[in-house]
Amino acid sequence: MQALFTTLLAALAPVFSPESGHFALALACVLAALQGILPLIGLRRAHSPLTALARPLALSHCLALLISWACLIIAALGDDFSLKLIADNSAINKPWPYKIAGLWGNHEGSLLLWVSLLSLYCALLALLPGQSPRHPAGLPPRLRSRLLALLGIVSAGFELFCLTTSNPFLRLWPVPIDGLGMNPLLQDPGLAVHPPLLYSGYVGFAVPFAFAISALLDGRADALWARYARPWVISAWALLTLGITLGAWWSYAVLGWGGYWFWDPVENAALIPWLTGTALLHSVIVVEKRSHLQSWCLLLALATFALSLSGTFLVRSGILNSVHAFANDPARGLFILALLGLYGGGGLLLFALRAPNLLPPATPSFTPLSREGALVLNNILLCTLCAIVLTGTLYPPFMQLLFGRTLSVGKPFFEATTTPFIIPLLLLMGGSMALPWRYAPINPTLRRLALPLCLTLGAILPAFWLFPTALAASVAVLALWVINAALNDLISRFYTMPQEHRGLSRLPRSLWATSLAHIGVGITMLGLCGMAGSQERLIEAQIGTHLHFGGHDWALTALTPHHGPNYEAVEAHIIIRRHDAHGPVLAILEPQIRLFPQQGQKILHVAIIHRPLEDLYAALGSVKEVQTPQDQNTYRVILRVHENPLASWLWFGGIIMAMGGVLHLIPARRKRRPACA
Amino acid sequence: MRVCLKGLLLLAVCLYGSSIGHAIDSPDEMLPDPVLEQKAQHIGQQLRCLVCQNESIEESSAPLAKDLRHIVRQQLQQGRSPKDITLWMTQRYGEFIRLQPRFSASTALLWLMPFLSLMIGFLLARPLWARRTSPPPAPLTVEERQKLNQFFNKD
Amino acid sequence: MRLTRRHYLAALPALGAAGLGGGFLYMLRHATQGTFDPKAVRNPRLGQAVPAFSPLPALPEQPTPCPGLSWQDFHTLTQPVLLLIWASWCLPCLEEIPFLRQHIAGETTTASPLALWGVCYKDTPSQAAHWLEQAHHPFSRLGMDYDGQCAIEWGVTGVPESFLILPHPLTGSRIVWHGTGSLTEALYREQIQPFLRGAL
Repeated sequence: MQALFTTLLAALAPVFSPESGHFALALACVLAALQGILPLIGLRRAHSPLTALARPLALSHCLALLISWACLIIAALGDDFSLKLIADNSAINKPWPYKIAGLWGNHEGSLLLWVSLLSLYCALLALLPGQSPRHPAGLPPRLRSRLLALLGIVSAGFELFCLTTSNPFLRLWPVPIDGLGMNPLLQDPGLAVHPPLLYSGYVGFAVPFAFAISALLDGRADALWARYARPWVISAWALLTLGITLGAWWSYAVLGWGGYWFWDPVENAALIPWLTGTALLHSVIVVEKRSHLQSWCLLLALATFALSLSGTFLVRSGILNSVHAFANDPARGLFILALLGLYGGGGLLLFALRAPNLLPPATPSFTPLSREGALVLNNILLCTLCAIVLTGTLYPPFMQLLFGRTLSVGKPFFEATTTPFIIPLLLLMGGSMALPWRYAPINPTLRRLALPLCLTLGAILPAFWLFPTALAASVAVLALWVINAALNDLISRFYTMPQEHRGLSRLPRSLWATSLAHIGVGITMLGLCGMAGSQERLIEAQIGTHLHFGGHDWALTALTPHHGPNYEAVEAHIIIRRHDAHGPVLAILEPQIRLFPQQGQKILHVAIIHRPLEDLYAALGSVKEVQTPQDQNTYRVILRVHENPLASWLWFGGIIMAMGGVLHLIPARRKRRPACA
Repeated sequence: MRVCLKGLLLLAVCLYGSSIGHAIDSPDEMLPDPVLEQKAQHIGQQLRCLVCQNESIEESSAPLAKDLRHIVRQQLQQGRSPKDITLWMTQRYGEFIRLQPRFSASTALLWLMPFLSLMIGFLLARPLWARRTSPPPAPLTVEERQKLNQFFNKD
Repeated sequence: MRLTRRHYLAALPALGAAGLGGGFLYMLRHATQGTFDPKAVRNPRLGQAVPAFSPLPALPEQPTPCPGLSWQDFHTLTQPVLLLIWASWCLPCLEEIPFLRQHIAGETTTASPLALWGVCYKDTPSQAAHWLEQAHHPFSRLGMDYDGQCAIEWGVTGVPESFLILPHPLTGSRIVWHGTGSLTEALYREQIQPFLRGAL
């Protein structure tokens, strides 16, 4: 198997050489430029063959980038250290999945990933069936060509950036015998899939951006426009949600600090577009159903993409201080800023010129207490949260620039300022689903919400008893309220269906999607509240030490050496028993401390057991040899153990949220038309 | 204003007080008294490690952070208040060491941003609500409802 | 076309983005030129009197004895002092050795009014002595800060850091300049010498 693999690699390597990859990238850039220019000319001159070129160009653009990836991956698997990217980030003894994943763990590779994902979105847009008698819901071909052209323009700029300042195919001379290897912290399956997920979320907002530009060019953003754009907003949002969840999980499970969110600029850079993206997700509904908020929705679409661009790239320019940024290079920053100015600034300029002339809504207005009103309030709150995070992130460099003062804005600030807005947001989230469009009479609404309201009120006392602080308890109650209200919505809709057509699968897909997403938020919030009660204990232990912690007995039974592919490790065996030392075994934790000799780095490899109601978490600190009074050598280790209530709910909720999004994307079953009367 | 900010701070402290892990790698560093140790951790979480980026001294494993952690604990044991300790740190390392900047003229925009953006949001949304021209139709009367039902049943 | 409220509102996002973009452009331009450092920390001791610190012992067993350093030494200044906080284990400190050897050590012996004092941060005597040998022992006073407490009083975040202290007959000596990173000739000429000329 191994031999087959090697011969295959050897056979492919001459064809898929780094030079072919470089050429493919250059070709992709040209194809993207053509994809951007030709269809626009075709649309302007009403010349349909030119317009129709958008699809084949988008597909070949994507293919070219896939080829350049193939070249890069073959070079990485074949340990071609004549490539600078591979020499700097890989090593012979690195396990092969990380040889591939390591390709996007650095600036050049991640940029290539970014443009490739964008081209995949283009290809998807090109491949999905267009509007035809068979597919009345498909995109009209002209709109699709225009979207592809706009995305082509965006791609071309970033591919040019990739080619000129951050070429992943640069050769290195003299060729080193072995690579430098990558940061051992990044050698983790979670981090291998994190960038692709997160980036596909970031990049996904390019499609709504293109939709918004198209609407501004037309001077019209009607319900139909919103209906076409909405799946793309939802898919980007779902992927970004997953990406952020995975990032938080990675912080929790790999960094070994027991925390999951540190309000670092890099994390904020993902959170900011997520917040505006969530606002967009909700406002586009209003445009689709009621034709209100058009210009606001367009602005959000433009801003979300501009913010995700700035988030991805400005953290690399070295302006924002971050723990985990790539190697900084201000010269690259200037190019990025130029691109940002071109796309983000250009989009906003177009907005300034065209938005005031958008057609006003033809539908009647609404009262504050209505579905529209609730969605507007939701947008205000989400944008306020976004403004807080954005200001906090940008404040230090701008203060230094303007007044020469250095200050820090960190976790305590963000926690203090965002919490008061999360509470009304949750309150609103539960109630809004029961509100009808336009006008909600108070009494029927209250009646509709009576059941979840009662259930939630009943949960107050237990919550205050279970959760450690008053705030955690109240947020938990609100989270329950969100979940109850979403379930109530599903159930009550189920019972309003006529008896003979009743069925869970017959409920509208969008209702399922919304309810699931809201339930996901509730679950994540419960996890957050649970984590407020997390406990930890730090002890110095030797084999045979027992610790009573979190209602369990933790015993260190053995310390064994462990050989990894490119590291040496000491593994501790901790047996956790229920109640006391004689209780039934609950779990065995095996945390390691790993030494990577190549990088000279020590990495904690924490061990976690996820249980429904709590995570048991152990990290092995330093190991030292000591002499006992009997002149025997024994080892003493530093152990850090955590008991994290409801920790897995955080990630579970994130997945449910994203699932809600995915559910919305699955095309609804064709309704059987009634035999015509 | 001040009171309000303090309230926010208090809320956050209640929620997140004990949720953060830290980089202390030896139990000797911790104070024997758990209450005092908790207090020390809370102070440390508000102080930025000056060597690394965006980590508090409780989270950082840098030697300077370790020294500062030690000073926090020493001063706590001497009976100094958290406010005094933070001030002591600020005298030496400047406002930069506070992860939560003090409310002052230069940080007013930062602290007022939540309220500002909320206000802007409501101002922008006001015309949407105020534009109401026609009152919503009155709910159906019993007669109308019956008529409708008859109409549908006939169909 | 008449400009309405909608027009102004619609232009606001673009204006805000332009402002932010302009700020970023300025930062990036100056970051490439080295005049804007987003990681810089302004030392609050700048412009203030010398902070109190417990006396630092001298480096033991030296062929040419060099006195230690205490807070009181700064009260009786007659000439400007460049205080250098360094350690033998720090690479940038090694980088500044040639500069110290050529300039400061030379200038202190001739007519230059600048005295170079040192604080050796968290170091062992033997290694510090080795470093000093390489640097031709440029210091006229050298305190050993074994536990790093003195450096904390000065608000030092990493080695090397340097402070320029000017004596003042009325208000006492003041810290007038603070630098992080190794001293270079350009830095000395552009930032330190103007103060010295002013003091003369």
